[in-house]
Amino acid sequence: MDHITGSQDLSAGTDLPGIPITLTINGRVRELSVAPWVTLLDLLRERLDLTGTKKGCDHGQCGACTVLVDGKRINSCLKLAVAYDGAEITTIEGLAQGEALHPLQQAFIDRDAFQCGYCTPGQICSGIGLMNEGRASTRDEVRELMSGNICRCGAYTNITDAVMDVLEKESVK
Amino acid sequence: MNTHVNPPARIGEPLSRVDGRLKVTGHARYAAEHPVADLLYGWVVSSSIAKGRITAIHEDAARAVAGVVEIITHKNRPDLAKADSAYQEQVAPPGKPFRALYDDEVQYSLQPVALVVAQDLETARYAASLIKVDYEAAKHNTDFRIAQGERFMPRRKRAAYQPPKNRGDVDTAFAEAAHQIAGTYHLATHVHNPMEMHATTVVWEGDERITVYDKTQGSQNTQTYLANVFGFKKENIRVLNPFVGGAFGSGLRPQYQAYLATMAAKMLERSVRLVMTRPQMFSHVHRPEALQAVSLATDSQGHLTGMRTEATTATSRFENYMETVVNWGLMAYACPNAEADYTIAPVDSYTPGDMRAPGAATGMTLFEIAMDEMAYEANVDPLEFRLINYSEKDAMHDTPYTSKALKEAYAEGAAKFGWDSRSMAPRSMRDGSELVGWGVATGMWDAMFQKTSARARLSANGDLLLETAASDIGTGTYTILAQIASDTLGIPVEQISVKIGDSDLPMSPIEGGSWTAASAGAAVEATCQSLGKKLFEAAQKVKNSPLADAKIDDVRFDYGRLLSKTDPDKSVSYGEAMAAAGEVSIEAEETVSSGISGMISQMRKSRNTHSAVFAEVKVDEELGVVRVTRVVCAVAAGRIINPKTARSQILGGVVMGIGMGLHEETFVDHRLGRIMNHDLAEYHVPANADIHDIEVIFVDEPDPEVTPMGVKGVGEIGIVGTAAAVANAIFHATGKRLRDLPITIDKILE
Repeated sequence: MDHITGSQDLSAGTDLPGIPITLTINGRVRELSVAPWVTLLDLLRERLDLTGTKKGCDHGQCGACTVLVDGKRINSCLKLAVAYDGAEITTIEGLAQGEALHPLQQAFIDRDAFQCGYCTPGQICSGIGLMNEGRASTRDEVRELMSGNICRCGAYTNITDAVMDVLEKESVK
Repeated sequence: MNTHVNPPARIGEPLSRVDGRLKVTGHARYAAEHPVADLLYGWVVSSSIAKGRITAIHEDAARAVAGVVEIITHKNRPDLAKADSAYQEQVAPPGKPFRALYDDEVQYSLQPVALVVAQDLETARYAASLIKVDYEAAKHNTDFRIAQGERFMPRRKRAAYQPPKNRGDVDTAFAEAAHQIAGTYHLATHVHNPMEMHATTVVWEGDERITVYDKTQGSQNTQTYLANVFGFKKENIRVLNPFVGGAFGSGLRPQYQAYLATMAAKMLERSVRLVMTRPQMFSHVHRPEALQAVSLATDSQGHLTGMRTEATTATSRFENYMETVVNWGLMAYACPNAEADYTIAPVDSYTPGDMRAPGAATGMTLFEIAMDEMAYEANVDPLEFRLINYSEKDAMHDTPYTSKALKEAYAEGAAKFGWDSRSMAPRSMRDGSELVGWGVATGMWDAMFQKTSARARLSANGDLLLETAASDIGTGTYTILAQIASDTLGIPVEQISVKIGDSDLPMSPIEGGSWTAASAGAAVEATCQSLGKKLFEAAQKVKNSPLADAKIDDVRFDYGRLLSKTDPDKSVSYGEAMAAAGEVSIEAEETVSSGISGMISQMRKSRNTHSAVFAEVKVDEELGVVRVTRVVCAVAAGRIINPKTARSQILGGVVMGIGMGLHEETFVDHRLGRIMNHDLAEYHVPANADIHDIEVIFVDEPDPEVTPMGVKGVGEIGIVGTAAAVANAIFHATGKRLRDLPITIDKILE
């Protein structure tokens, strides 16, 4: 875990001083100064170059911006960054361990669970969040509980296959 | 000997996507994600009226916001090209292309009327909210049904438009028919809605040079357009689209964010990023609303004797967008008497555009609902009805197909679906409290081929670099090009880099029409074959070359070696060959095109993909809820390069077809001329819970004639007919014939 000392002032372009917050993002502690109206999504994408988290609607309607906060899936476009002071955030960039992909990332490749790839980071984070919730064990439950993540390419059956692959492996363990 | 080398991939193998790792780790960068120093952010102010003039723009409050760099309107925009031709890129229909911020005229609701440029996104968005625009509104009409009074056939047709060809004596056929039906079918406006909103990052390189990351299906098309409109030298514009977050046709024409970001960059000599909002995504290109009247007649046995189809699709006031809507049924079925007519009707909206299987997804789908009605009227099983009216040739052009394995698709699809156990009568199948219905429909699309170039460079270490300006909009272009090269030259995929999505690369057309696999694929194959020839010549220069007496046709290329086909012990590695020739790398570049002979052959034979779509629905009549519980889509599309990515294309088409059939519809408040449900909560695209089992079958259809590799393309065929299979299944379940898509709950309950 690396730690950035000093703070990045991310309130450029405004007269107001930024609000200091500390976020742990993908295991890295970041001390930031953020304007109060900056969403968590825009903080990640526009200021921290973590563009793996996507903006598909900016209204919490499509799920492309899904990240994990303390293991729970959230729509980062609906959350202000300053509200997450002290939180531990995992984005798509933080799932692989070095070269080793997270099992769900590998399952997405194996099952061709994406086409354009734009909704994919949100789908994968949402799938991991779903497994953390421990609420789904059947295909129907997965389909229902993955319905907050829209895939316009229509990879749904493959997404469900990929999540089921990992769920079934986890339950064997 | 080279036993450690990974085996090459073969054409026809289900290779996983070569760009998959980048996509699942978040490292694939899309248009708004390329890091640029000193970047400015744009935000578009959209018009609140549908038609009229801007009388004043009050921007003082916005300009007073710290961090605002400029506000661009028609009053202070930089100089732009004057002639319409400068704005007419490869895909533009005849007319006067829209020019944002050009003058005070408003032509559609949510038209850009100002662009705020600021130091950060939030400042631009906030300042945009402070801009007040005064208008002088003019009378508009956005109601397609009212626009019917103005329908017409333009004198200048769109280039890709194919007029219908009538045959026989339709009036007599209807007068003498044993059975006949007539209906008017409607399709709501359908919006592409790729997950990535249209976005452009323009990097100001100084010296009138820009690098543009654009969400486009054709980097070279955007390059030409921006050069013509803004007066840049073409060689000073480089457009990149290495990853495209879906498009389905919305990225064929350069959209206004590319134009506005470039305008701001040029005016300010700064780098600029501009992303549309989701509501703005509804205000530009879309599949046009359509009305289609179909009458069919048969003899007493159910043989079609007459067909008449007339369709009108919407266009804008400023461009005449046309689709090939009415031809499909006339081509598909044997019927001695057939006629069709097509017109367009203008409304005050942005110009519609190509969306996944333009024309066919509308016309064939609506026609296939009529076919189901006819089957019931003649009391023939709907699948049997299609079989007894099957046409081996293209019945409209009276030309043979290069191949048509639709009969096999019907048979394999029906067997997989279990069509045999269907009972004919509506409302005769149940599952508990739900009514069950089974429907079938035929799909059709064109198999096209476009001139394309590719370049390949093989290095002494065995690495191969492939380059062409093609795009991968989720279709699998990276993967199939790597696969074709791997198979052709016997190089493992891990050693192949595919570079696409860059206007600097060898010429490739816009990605559309399902032609990329056939066209870029053939270009890559020809280039690799040409490179193979050079390798062979080099291999013969090896001292005591075991291939000294061989001819090129006597060798094959595998596992990084040239091997004698008759005696594999006689072989030369690529490295040895290159060393003998004194080369550190070997390069080849080839262009494929159908040429004159191809054009003549295209007139003599028809080239199409076909599909048979079977759908099962379960309907809760009390709630009006319809679930599509099973779909089998059997596709005849020639040679399949990669069954894994090709299957995904069909799945995606089927899902979008279910959306067309059940969910997707814009609601316009005609008083305001504005779409009310312009977001992903109110415009429902299918979600995971809407999609149950989908089976894809590719039937065997060898076709060496259709394109150089025998490939027909699979990007669009999956959507064609799917909504009809669903609508027909709903009739079978409920006995209600619903002719208005999408079939929403209210229509079931009516």
